[in-house]
Amino acid sequence: MKRHLLSAADLTRDDAVAILDTAAELARLADRPIKKLPTLRGRTVVNLFYEDSTRTRTSFELAAKRLSADVINFAAKGSSVSKGESLKDTALTLEAMGADAVVVRHFASGAPHRLATAGWIRGSVINAGDGTHEHPTQALLDAYTMRDRLGGIEGRRVSIVGDILHSRVARSNVLLLHTLGAEVTLVAPPTLLPVGVGSWPCAVSYDLDAELPKSDVVMMLRVQRERMNAAFFPSAREYSRRYGLHSERMATLPEHAIVMHPGPMNRGMEITAPVADSVRSTIVEQVSNGLSVRMAVLYLLLSGSEPAIGRDDETEGA
Amino acid sequence: MAIAAPGPARGPASGRPVLEAADVRRALTRIAHEIIERNKGARDVVLLGIPTRGVPLARRLAARIGEVEGEPPPVGSLDVTMYRDDIALRPARSPGRTDVPPAGVDDLVVVLVDDVLFSGRTIRAALDALNDIGRPRAVQLAVLVDRGHRELPIRADYVGKNLPTSLAETVSVRLAEHDDEDCVLLGERS
Repeated sequence: MKRHLLSAADLTRDDAVAILDTAAELARLADRPIKKLPTLRGRTVVNLFYEDSTRTRTSFELAAKRLSADVINFAAKGSSVSKGESLKDTALTLEAMGADAVVVRHFASGAPHRLATAGWIRGSVINAGDGTHEHPTQALLDAYTMRDRLGGIEGRRVSIVGDILHSRVARSNVLLLHTLGAEVTLVAPPTLLPVGVGSWPCAVSYDLDAELPKSDVVMMLRVQRERMNAAFFPSAREYSRRYGLHSERMATLPEHAIVMHPGPMNRGMEITAPVADSVRSTIVEQVSNGLSVRMAVLYLLLSGSEPAIGRDDETEGA
Repeated sequence: MAIAAPGPARGPASGRPVLEAADVRRALTRIAHEIIERNKGARDVVLLGIPTRGVPLARRLAARIGEVEGEPPPVGSLDVTMYRDDIALRPARSPGRTDVPPAGVDDLVVVLVDDVLFSGRTIRAALDALNDIGRPRAVQLAVLVDRGHRELPIRADYVGKNLPTSLAETVSVRLAEHDDEDCVLLGERS
């Protein structure tokens, strides 16, 4: 049995639905006085973050804590990594500490895959974003939000707008939404589309205004200034004018459509403040849904064990 | 990432019927009356079914209590998947539903309802789960079948049928809500 979550492509439709259903059940925990389950008591989850990410790290940390796991936060900055320790040696250290799961964020695409397959550690590896490659739990929380707001994903039209080239969120979303039966269109200037996008299971457009009236979901991506080391577009103002979402543009969406953003936002760049704060925007919900989805992933990866032992099943297991 | 299919792994319905539909009906009616008598009415009673088959049983009990008392007590469901002590020993499975009536359980008498009482471990998990939801005044246990073989000091307050079994036997409760028929089957473990 595979015990890792490295790519949205690893998930079958049934897996994805099981995660979303489990997340929906776990979301109800938020209404209880005691927001904690004993399920992962005695397990250790390590957050191994080579890149800064307060949002994702705290989300995973809280998810693990809500399931009663012990959590170790291992940030590369200020740790032995900054003294030159390799990924392998860090992994061996974590293995020696008895990590049951390693949640890894790395600037290099493929680092989680290496960690999962090199045999350095026995625990589960969960990809929390690797380079420009994937961010599967973000795609799952986006799918959860769409299902929650629109009632279903099958047949829905989703436009993902902006910096597709540098976006692991876009790639994971395309793969997962395709698995779940949505029609995805990537909308971006040609310079911000990756090579080989033609082979992805989605459509491509350069014209945001043409896509909006037929979209059920518009997902705005952050313009990643820190990765803009070449001239991908002439000016921020021109980008905003062609690919930014402002109130007049939002008005061309169908009435039920929602606006999503994985955060953090550049207000005034890819999305204006009135749009970000409108009732159609799910940006804050996405954060709380992220917690439920990450709890579901940790629960489904870590709670059980193969081979199954135990005598009775639930039909008579009282 | 592979995830075990959700829901109970139930084998084909085989075995000798030990309770027919009419017996199930009578047993539930008797338990309903016992609940009313023991709690001097059903004013403070909440029924919480343990998924899967405890939930329809709880609903049926509530309806019968309602016929006697004029108003059915609130019914909810209490999933214990996350609280089981064998959770690390089996493949992961999706949790069932927990629905607590809006008024909560504080200071009320909670009657846990399940189909079969066996090792007692499910009920132990249910008591833990209940602990995280509120503080009932008392907790009672109603089961359709008590098959024995307890591994913990737990007993039921209301039992539809005591069914002494061997560990080589299986007990399957089938209910119209899930299985299109009401009966309890005693089979051999294959």
